Amino acid sequence: MYLRHGSFSYLPELTDDEIAAQIRYALLNGWPVSLEYTDDPHPRNVYWEMWGLPMFDLTEPDGVLREIDECRATFPGHYIRMLAYDAKLGRQTIMMSFIVHRPAREPGFRLDRGEGSNRTQRYSVYSYATETPSGDRYRRDVR
Amino acid sequence: MSIDLTSTGSEPARWDPGVHSYASMGYYNADYRPKDTDVLAVFRVTPQPGVDPVEAAAAVAGESSTATWTVVWTDRLTANEHYQAKCYRVDPVPGREGEYLAYVAYDLDLFEEGSIANLTSSVIGNVFGFKPLKALRLEDMRIPVAYVKTFQGPAHGIVMEREVLNKFGRPLLGATIKPKLGLSARNYGRVVYEACRGGLDFTKDDENINSQPFMRWRDRYLYAMEGVNRAMAQTGEIKGHYLNITAATVEEMYERAEFAKELGSVIVMIDLTIGYSAMQSLARWARNNSMLLHLHRAGHSTYTRQKTHGVSFRVIAKWCRLIGVDHLHAGTVVGKLEGDPATTRGFYDTLRLDHVPANHGNGIYFEQDWVSMPGVMPVASGGIHAGQMHQLVDLLGEDVILQFGGGTIGHPLGIAAGAEANRVALEAVIKARNEGRNLLKEGPDVLRGAARYCRPLEVALETWGDVTFDYAATDAPDVVATANF
Repeated sequence: MYLRHGSFSYLPELTDDEIAAQIRYALLNGWPVSLEYTDDPHPRNVYWEMWGLPMFDLTEPDGVLREIDECRATFPGHYIRMLAYDAKLGRQTIMMSFIVHRPAREPGFRLDRGEGSNRTQRYSVYSYATETPSGDRYRRDVR
Repeated sequence: MSIDLTSTGSEPARWDPGVHSYASMGYYNADYRPKDTDVLAVFRVTPQPGVDPVEAAAAVAGESSTATWTVVWTDRLTANEHYQAKCYRVDPVPGREGEYLAYVAYDLDLFEEGSIANLTSSVIGNVFGFKPLKALRLEDMRIPVAYVKTFQGPAHGIVMEREVLNKFGRPLLGATIKPKLGLSARNYGRVVYEACRGGLDFTKDDENINSQPFMRWRDRYLYAMEGVNRAMAQTGEIKGHYLNITAATVEEMYERAEFAKELGSVIVMIDLTIGYSAMQSLARWARNNSMLLHLHRAGHSTYTRQKTHGVSFRVIAKWCRLIGVDHLHAGTVVGKLEGDPATTRGFYDTLRLDHVPANHGNGIYFEQDWVSMPGVMPVASGGIHAGQMHQLVDLLGEDVILQFGGGTIGHPLGIAAGAEANRVALEAVIKARNEGRNLLKEGPDVLRGAARYCRPLEVALETWGDVTFDYAATDAPDVVATANF
């Protein structure tokens, strides 16, 4: 399974140079960049864990790339995404979101069904990654 | 007797019984300064031969507010001047003989709070059939802040929709299921599934898919949601299908909307043909039930397309934002349907910006303040394909839904391949834009580059690369500005 998430998940994996170009675009727009990671990429899992606070007041992408490397080293078995945020009135939301790291093994999802009346189904997307207790999932990442 | 709008003779006293010119009754007042709370309208007036333009403009103000054809003494029981609409400016249209722009101010007291039905019954009511006018077109309106605040506005709006879908930084992608008519529910759901799993965010019922003998609404909903959910599990992304709930009665529409909700759909759809009050009711339902609301502008071209008569789409767009839809079809420029670039830009600005400055080059006559009312996501649909992706992103920006119906389903390698071609093209173009590359110049190279690792995109470019729909627009602005569109 190959997780589709964020703006560039149908392109070949971005190189660090390509990631730096995207970060530069965010910074030129005045959008602080932040990193988030998760081991449960369920499509409705909104809150991935924050890798520190959003990086305000940066002008160059290098600092972000260093953080990405550190996050990758700490959580090689997790998904890591980069976000850019616009605090401008009328937006106050995320402006960019794309994956900068994915685990070697992506277990994917199962579609669960609950049979209802009148041929209705209650659908539920089950994330295989959550089969392991979260404590074990964390240990998997410790080298 | 016939009403003489050509008279220039001495006018009788204001309250003398009989027929007076509209201008003399106070419906034209060049000295009137519109109040911040006035509703403003600008009409393109084409008077019948011999009819004085100022009198014709005054008649428009009169007939869309308090006037009737003769003096009535019962006006004297009211603060008449307060309720009279006032035409305060009449300009000839440059380059178009016999056409005039009439600016009319209406006091806020003329309108019921939060009611598009009421607003339109006044402003585009009887007056459009008025005999002394050869043609009449409502070009634009300024809705005062005081009136804006009485409307619900979009059930969710652009920002909330993105947060619901968890998709940022790129246009959304959709496709209308084709053929429009005739597919069985099972086959229909197959197209939904293939398009969504291939990489689209949404698929869509067409405007005239309601509940016909070949496919009843309930069956369609069941199979479409099967497709949506399977595609979600396969990709890990939130997907949706615009389930069209348009029906003969509002009661039936609620029934369909409730079923869509029960099945877990994130979005339902209505057609413009259901009428303003039904649209307002469903916008309220959508807000209260956490459901995105897509509006297809079915039928609008009957009154928006011709320059001299009808209502400009920029006004319809304004009403739809007040009514409270989340999506509205607003043109593609490069596709198969009517759309001058500058005029289309005016529609997009009206739907998306919080403060829309007057811009005659884009057909925007009045400054419009939306006072934080969320924006409506414009939908570009009709005759577009992956080979135009760089132009679409350059013209329409990021907050837009690009819908490739034929351009997905007609792909020679299949529907999922068509969807993938569009998604790869879009992501490649967005990535290139962010890298600072010039889309108009380098766009074709960007797409060809992406096609090297994406066979479906390569095939799409081979199939449709050169297709464009290049015809003169009928609805272009009269002022040609150097718009950067």
